[in-house]
Amino acid sequence: MSGFASGQKRPQRDRRIVVRGLRKRFMDIARQEEVVALDGIDLDIGDDEFLTVLGPSGCGKTTLLNIIASFENATGGEVRLDGEIVRKPGPDRGVVFQEYALFPWLTVRQNIEFGLRERRMPRAERRECVQRQIATVGLSGFEQRYPHELSGGMRQRVALARVLVNNPKILLMDEPFAALDAQTRSMMQQELLGVWSAERRTAIFITHNIEEAVLLGDRVVVMTARPGRIKEIVAIELARPRDVTSAEFNQTRRRIASLLEDEVHAAFAAARGEGSPVQ
Amino acid sequence: MTAIPAAAGAASLNVARIFASAHFALRRIAGPAIVLVLWQLASTRGWLDPRFVPSPLTVLHALDEWMFGPKGANPYSGTWFAHAGNSAYRVVVGFLMAAVAGVIIGSLIGWFRLVSDIVDPVIQVLRPIPITAWVPFAVIFFGIRDGSAFFLIALGAFFPIVVNTAAGVAGTPKLLVRAARMLGIRPYMLLPRVVLPAAMPFIFTGLRLGIGLAWVLVIVAEMMAVKSGLGFAMWDAYYFLRLDIIIAAMLSVGALGFLSDLVIRLIGRRFLRWSRGL
Repeated sequence: MSGFASGQKRPQRDRRIVVRGLRKRFMDIARQEEVVALDGIDLDIGDDEFLTVLGPSGCGKTTLLNIIASFENATGGEVRLDGEIVRKPGPDRGVVFQEYALFPWLTVRQNIEFGLRERRMPRAERRECVQRQIATVGLSGFEQRYPHELSGGMRQRVALARVLVNNPKILLMDEPFAALDAQTRSMMQQELLGVWSAERRTAIFITHNIEEAVLLGDRVVVMTARPGRIKEIVAIELARPRDVTSAEFNQTRRRIASLLEDEVHAAFAAARGEGSPVQ
Repeated sequence: MTAIPAAAGAASLNVARIFASAHFALRRIAGPAIVLVLWQLASTRGWLDPRFVPSPLTVLHALDEWMFGPKGANPYSGTWFAHAGNSAYRVVVGFLMAAVAGVIIGSLIGWFRLVSDIVDPVIQVLRPIPITAWVPFAVIFFGIRDGSAFFLIALGAFFPIVVNTAAGVAGTPKLLVRAARMLGIRPYMLLPRVVLPAAMPFIFTGLRLGIGLAWVLVIVAEMMAVKSGLGFAMWDAYYFLRLDIIIAAMLSVGALGFLSDLVIRLIGRRFLRWSRGL
């Protein structure tokens, strides 16, 4: 393999994102106590890998994503993208937010164009890129609409197109389908998989939905309740497209559910009993 | 078979639409019409003393002569356009100065914590002072001419614009700023491409409050510190007890104020198309 033979300093192709010893502490003003959101996260994400992150609420999944996106600073440790430590947000890490975060004063086309305009791409070329992306996510005919005129599923397609058009090295998604109804959600999952397998892109996808994690992920990272650590990383060996009704799928799902169950209980107990010693 | 009912449907829809808009217009006109009729009735019946409250028809006649009468027939005849033009000019200049200063300073206050901490207390202390209190200074600094009016109007209209702009800018959703940074926005483009558009509904609210105040203040300024314009005409008419002219001037200000607000609303509607239905 050429990667071995050439002793070059380039990072190995199969490790795009490398997270080492990541910690995040912050002061909870209301409770007057220090909260450890992340406590020593080590994680490698391979090229073209679809990684899903699963954990009880408050376990620091979003914090992890925000640090990779550089929206927040870590208290310790580092995140490398292709060997470079990440320092500030940029189009190389496209983020899809649960709340869409579209610019309401821009049309669908203008929203998708946003990043290209900032990079001063010439108008004609920009148009072409945007048009292609619009077709890819199935938004043709809606170019002139404003976000408030679209359904939740449509808005999330715009949000996806808005980052894909920048050709990001990695796609970061923070429970992007959590606000959608079950049907739309399932459709969006299929479309996301379609786009992902067509363009092969590295992706981190945060969710609290076990089925979603197993359906989408090459590997599922199960996190512990606060302080957030990685409890286990489960490789999903099921062939794609995956059948959520198959016995194998349910077996995997059950296994991950049992991993998660203890943590959900721990999170509940922590939320209920914190501060008052139980005797 | 489908075409005929569809056409009939469209026609009846049109008729319905015309009726609906006529109905709407009628409802909007009804209030002022009732007031005018009652007023005229009270005058004709002699319930109102014509020396103190002229009738609507007297006012209309005075306005007609003031606007279109031959110059020199009496002190007011044919002078309306000059007065109204002067007032409108002062409103436009004063308001534009307030708008530019208010949006710029409001953006800085809303965006930079340091500017807010230093400048905002000054504004909050000056804001409750009635603008009329500034008249002596205006006259001393700018004399009895346009400068005084510009100053008073600009100062008065500045406050609602600066306060609303600052609130809008400070309220820019953090998530949108994150999204823009993630899309690779150049730092100096954040204000024009994200923050100002997000604050636009607030800015237009400030502008509408500002233009309303500008008309209030142009009358104040012309009554006290300038010798022309509708406010001056009003004050002058008061000395000669031409109450019909005063009411004609009041109605003129009302109409011009309404028109200028309409202009801002129409501009705003273009800018804020996206916010309808939010």
